[in-house]
Amino acid sequence: MLAEFLQYLFTGITIGATYALVALGFTLIYNASHVINFAQGEFLMIGGMATVSLMGMGLPMPIAIILAVILAGILGVALQRLAIAPARQASVVTLIIITIGASIFIRGVAQLVWGKEYHVMPSFGSDQPVRIGGAVMHSQSIWVLLIASILVVLLVLFFTRTLIGKAILATSMNKDAARLVGIRTQLVLMLAFMLSALIGSMAGIAVAPITFTSYDIGIMLGLKGFVAAAMGGLGSGVGAVVGGITLGIVEAMTAGYISSDYKDAVAFSMILLVLFFMPRGMFGSRVVERV
Amino acid sequence: MLNSLFQSRQFGLLVLALIIIVLPFGLQNDFHYDIAIQMGLIAATVVGLNLLVGFAGQISLGHAAFFGVGAYMSAILTGTYGWSPIPVLLFAAVVVGIIAFVVGRPILRLKGHYLSMATLAVGFIIYIIINNERRITGGPDGISVPSLSIFGAELNVFNDYQILGMTLSGTFLWYVLAGVLLLLAVWIAQNIIDSPIGRALRSVHGSEVAARVVGVDTARFKSLVFVISAVYASIMGSFYAHYTGFITPQIASFEHSIVLITMVVLGGMASTLGVILGVVVLKLLPQVLADFQELEMMMFGLILMLTMIFMPKGLLPTLQGLARKYLRKKPEEGV
Amino acid sequence: MSKKIFRRAGFLAATLAAGIFATSVQASDPIKIGSFLSATGPASFLGDPELKTLEMYVEKINADGGVLGRQLQLIHYDDAGDASQARNFASRLVRNDRVDIIIGGSTTGTTMSAAPLIEQARTPFISLAGAIVITEPVKPWVFKTPQSDRMAAERVLGDMQSRGITKVGLISDTGGFGSSGRTQTLEVAANYGIEILADETYGPSDTDMTAQLTRIRNAGVEAVFNFGFGQGPALVTRNYAQLGIDLPFYQSHGVASDRFLELAGTAAEGLRLPASPLLVPDSLDDADPQKAVVQNYKAEYEARWNTQVSTFGAYAYDGLMLAVMAIEQAGSTDREAVRSALENIQGYVGVTGIYNLSPEDHMGLTADSFRILEVKDGQWNLID
Repeated sequence: MLAEFLQYLFTGITIGATYALVALGFTLIYNASHVINFAQGEFLMIGGMATVSLMGMGLPMPIAIILAVILAGILGVALQRLAIAPARQASVVTLIIITIGASIFIRGVAQLVWGKEYHVMPSFGSDQPVRIGGAVMHSQSIWVLLIASILVVLLVLFFTRTLIGKAILATSMNKDAARLVGIRTQLVLMLAFMLSALIGSMAGIAVAPITFTSYDIGIMLGLKGFVAAAMGGLGSGVGAVVGGITLGIVEAMTAGYISSDYKDAVAFSMILLVLFFMPRGMFGSRVVERV
Repeated sequence: MLNSLFQSRQFGLLVLALIIIVLPFGLQNDFHYDIAIQMGLIAATVVGLNLLVGFAGQISLGHAAFFGVGAYMSAILTGTYGWSPIPVLLFAAVVVGIIAFVVGRPILRLKGHYLSMATLAVGFIIYIIINNERRITGGPDGISVPSLSIFGAELNVFNDYQILGMTLSGTFLWYVLAGVLLLLAVWIAQNIIDSPIGRALRSVHGSEVAARVVGVDTARFKSLVFVISAVYASIMGSFYAHYTGFITPQIASFEHSIVLITMVVLGGMASTLGVILGVVVLKLLPQVLADFQELEMMMFGLILMLTMIFMPKGLLPTLQGLARKYLRKKPEEGV
Repeated sequence: MSKKIFRRAGFLAATLAAGIFATSVQASDPIKIGSFLSATGPASFLGDPELKTLEMYVEKINADGGVLGRQLQLIHYDDAGDASQARNFASRLVRNDRVDIIIGGSTTGTTMSAAPLIEQARTPFISLAGAIVITEPVKPWVFKTPQSDRMAAERVLGDMQSRGITKVGLISDTGGFGSSGRTQTLEVAANYGIEILADETYGPSDTDMTAQLTRIRNAGVEAVFNFGFGQGPALVTRNYAQLGIDLPFYQSHGVASDRFLELAGTAAEGLRLPASPLLVPDSLDDADPQKAVVQNYKAEYEARWNTQVSTFGAYAYDGLMLAVMAIEQAGSTDREAVRSALENIQGYVGVTGIYNLSPEDHMGLTADSFRILEVKDGQWNLID
């Protein structure tokens, strides 16, 4: 009984940690611009696919990973510079559609370059599953959890200890006031895109050994990440992390104890519950509208 | 602000009617008609969605699900249970209206993008149910739908009909029906826009706080518009199901919802003719790009991205702006 | 100009209905083969090798002089797995391109949504999708080349029965392929004295199925059967090994490709599945009439595309060859003649199996055309 419960819990936490990282990416960009970046999932895809293809070219794994993350970071900056910045006068909905266009475009290019097939990425460490209390975990799961925790800690430090981080926070709270005190909001926005691309690609690389990777893996992970962000209140970093982990655990528990047919439906009804009863999200920030 | 002749109510409707009448001269075969009919039905859906996006400033990420509920209720109740299509269509519209009200009323009290998240969730739940309940809905492989019949007269795409001594194909009659439905949809939408509710709504899009200060119950108006736009989707979903004769859960999917929203934004939010143009472009694009095979997806994304970057207000408003500049028209009288 | 428009206006509807546009065909005109496949999107596992096969063999047939002295022209549209797109492209093929025959429809959904239109246009249609509903009940103009999913279920359950297994856990994906296969399996299980004790599903893009498998294991089953295609079954296989379940494990023909072995790795060891002989061309008995055909297709495909051959591409191969045979036997592209030639093809030795079509059977394969394979040392092995 306990073994079963632990099994569902571990499964949920692993996949939940990935959702949390994607949700953090959404949150970063949403805070800086109120744009829901539908290309977020593509950062994960780029991370995984670039690593696999660089390794295929004979590069050792750590180098391939670093290059893939850099590539994703460049892509994030390019997305903001080439697609979002030129349309800065546009409404938020228009910007959202631009990110949808960008995600389709990136996927289209990836399909041309890397083909449509799924690819295997080796685990970072051993392939032996880890056994804890009768439950079994993929050894890569430990890596996923480790990387997710480190990234979260780094983000917290970044936002509370560095000037740039504080500038991003200030911009997200009040764009005009931030500009008045001399923060270049476009630069902040670019940083937000870059950061969320970096986080996204690292998440994509970390889970690729568990999930395989392909040109269209970003669609599903991106969507689940958005759901997690929505559960957390879309704009709260803590909410994104808790939302992601909760979503993962709910999915696994529903599949294990109730019905695998409706595990996703249960996850989605949680959004409704949160909206109905905790409209600011579980950790949503209070927003005061100015007249 | 309706300060343009191009956007005046009668003018827009007239242009649209003219296009619908003239179009058949350019349609060379049943395939062209087929695409035109689908454009008409989807355009009517999108005109409804535009009320929500363009005038109430809210995004629905689940409109395809409302479309799907209409379509599937029509398929199941007429196909499996032998009900008559038109009563089913109305019944489905009522059901969808109630769903939209139950979801929209509490959510729309809140400010921000909450409706988009709620509709995303509702849309997915509906999609999952349709996809999973194979015995009722046919599951992912889809379900066939009987042809439409109105007061006992069947309208089958594949039959010929003798009307006033002329032989008319079912496809042609469907074209007429789709045209009439679209005109009706636009007419109703424009009446809503010009009604007191509509004016209140436009104020909402401008500033919610201002609207509330002058005593407009914005939440009520927004939920009303949300319900209306959902009902639009449901009715058109029913017609679409009868027209195509076979539907799969994909029509209720999140991807389809995104396509619908994209049509609104691409064509030009808050411009009724604009969003119809958005439908035409997005329906034609896959056909035009089909020859590019592998490049298709990349080009579609690129076109979508570039259009929105360089025409952030959407196709039609941008073109209108250019036309006005070119003609050096004197400023129109304000409203 | 305007005169012409007005004249057309009067007769417009009538001409559309009567199809007067149909032009007489010159002997030198190419034979138009229409195709809509899911070459991209979630079902590109199916559509991609199918398209490659069609392109390659149309080229090859043309290089060899064509059919009836006429060249073949392949008109293909990618429906990306979307049923309404498929329907629109089918509409374009029959009404705009006026093709002579259609080979396509990678999935059951795309096939079924296009079928009413193609039927009405009276164009022969060879589908490449699996579900039994495509050809049962028989539609006059619709044929298909893959074995039905019911046959796959029967083969697997039969093999379980011969191993004395009576309690089985089923796990399937919620996409069209898995969902239809699950329904068929549940329906025929009792015929083999087999009880389905657990019936779990996963989404086609899910990334972890350990929860479902844990639940199945705890249901006290003697074997597990996974019905699905794409990367899902590879994940199920890995999770299965990771959980250390050592019950007999079966997959469906949905994963019958070497790619699956790469994805699943050592976790696939010992699993069985029904598949076309394409995966084990060299283990076939020399007397087996399919041996040469299978070896040939594999060699040609892999040489041309530099990628592994897949069972699904073979469906397109058989579809194209059946179409060519029917056109040759009909002596023209007259649609009714081709249709009737198609449904009377007997003893065509294809890659997927030996086809014996009839007016009552528009697929023409028996369950025996599936071979049971087992993975051993990372290789497919012919068991039965």
